[in-house]
Amino acid sequence: MTLPDLFFYLYAGVCIASAVMVIVARNPVHAVLFLILVFVNSAGLFMLMGAEFLALILVIVYVGAVAVLFLFVIMMLDIDFKQLRQGFLRYLPFGLTVGVVFLAELLLLAGGWVVRPSVAKNVTAPIPTDVGNTEALGLVLYTTYIHYFQIAGVVLLVSMIGAIVLTMRHRSSVKRQNIAAQNARSPETAIAVRKVTSGQGLREQDSAEWVQ
Amino acid sequence: MADFWTNYLLPFLIVVGQSFLLIAVLLIVIAYILLADRKIWAAVQIRRGPNVVGPWGLLQSFADLLKFVFKEPMIPSGANKGVFLLAPLITCILALAAWAVIPVNAGWVIADINVGVLYILAVSSLSVYGIIMAGWASNSKYPFLAALRSAAQMVSYEVSIGFVIVCVLLCVGSLNLTAIVEAQNTKYGMLGWYWLPLFPVFVIFYVSALAETNRPPFDLVEAESELVAGFMVEYSSTPYLLFMLGEYVAITTMCALGAIMFLGGWLPPLPYAPFTLVPGVIWFLLKAFFMFFLFAMAKAIVPRYRYDQLMRLGWKVFLPLSLAMVVIVAAVLQFAGLAPK
Repeated sequence: MTLPDLFFYLYAGVCIASAVMVIVARNPVHAVLFLILVFVNSAGLFMLMGAEFLALILVIVYVGAVAVLFLFVIMMLDIDFKQLRQGFLRYLPFGLTVGVVFLAELLLLAGGWVVRPSVAKNVTAPIPTDVGNTEALGLVLYTTYIHYFQIAGVVLLVSMIGAIVLTMRHRSSVKRQNIAAQNARSPETAIAVRKVTSGQGLREQDSAEWVQ
Repeated sequence: MADFWTNYLLPFLIVVGQSFLLIAVLLIVIAYILLADRKIWAAVQIRRGPNVVGPWGLLQSFADLLKFVFKEPMIPSGANKGVFLLAPLITCILALAAWAVIPVNAGWVIADINVGVLYILAVSSLSVYGIIMAGWASNSKYPFLAALRSAAQMVSYEVSIGFVIVCVLLCVGSLNLTAIVEAQNTKYGMLGWYWLPLFPVFVIFYVSALAETNRPPFDLVEAESELVAGFMVEYSSTPYLLFMLGEYVAITTMCALGAIMFLGGWLPPLPYAPFTLVPGVIWFLLKAFFMFFLFAMAKAIVPRYRYDQLMRLGWKVFLPLSLAMVVIVAAVLQFAGLAPK
């Protein structure tokens, strides 16, 4: 067994074990943390296949951004575990039925699976040796697949605009700040010097002047 | 067996030895930049700073280390114990892991990988988990608020740092950190380093690096006037020490990254005899220390930002600015025919 094999089994093992823990963990925050472990280990698997760019992008995008938001939402949810487990017995038959159907379908599918004998030749990924991983990806992405790439970008843009449109609402009660107006203030507009007569204080019209 | 020795065991032992050497040097450097931080801060405020332990207070950091290690570690009864203890470990280990790809001299690097910049981005984007986990596991209001603040802050400023790095990469044509330094090796000496042609980008990088490492004026995470001490309120003793260590290692990483991307790494300021005789690692250290001096001065002279101002700066000022810089740099390189290869 060579060193890459050893690392493959390490990453794959931890990956599967933590994937199981995602489902089994009782605390949803722990489940998300295990999900992150799955992501990191799959990045390790990518790395072993020589796809270092994809591996690091997986970590940056999924672990660094998507999972952070995930964790954010789950931490702020105030989940009542007792209430969550209340209907366990009532929903058990239904859940079991769905599970059994799925399992049966998967078994039928896997049972009828025939592996083409020549597939072993296709296993080696076409990793270019003369250019770097990032460069090789860029060479096909920005030439052959430029239209798909741009369509993907447009789809992302549309979904972003959609999310903003759905969530944005203008509430009149919110006090908004105008940074330009704040920066434009000078001592003349911000400070008023008054001579206060002893024992009398300021008059009404003076104080009205301050509130602007 | 001999095959196993030469192919696996020997390279492994060499890498382990290099890593230990790097970590030892890094920790000693951090002990002294911690002291320098406090001394610079004190000098700006016309105080003396730490001056009791050792001559000129030189042993202050080691005294602090002993103090932290011998204190009693306390775990709140309501805390989620596993996650609570995992958080400082993750913060510290990830911060140290980033140094694996940073070259301190020509060829002096543990892992000279092709995607070095991406690796640093990935590791620094992971470090937010240490803070979120600490805030959540403490099971207390202030740490949780600080963790939420910090996560939002780090995710926001990562975007502009990413675009800044893209600008530099456009000029270099490689993601390898050694190649970034070599690309700045011109006959103009320090005028050929990227701080001059990419000056606006350098400024954005400096401010974003302050925000990314939770340094003042962006230390909203531990704003003691609002959140007591932020996400590490419930930590004491060695777990707290690990947080502080992780924070300072992240700062040194950012300083090193700034030195590599904008100040020419280990290159001498002028490509002539007296300068080229000095070892590259000395130049690298001087540049990294200069970056740290800028960090320390910002801490001493700038008041803390308000949280909404911080978010506005990140999303409404730096993001459009850095995006525009990417377009401008790419256009200039393309139309002036300066693009690499």
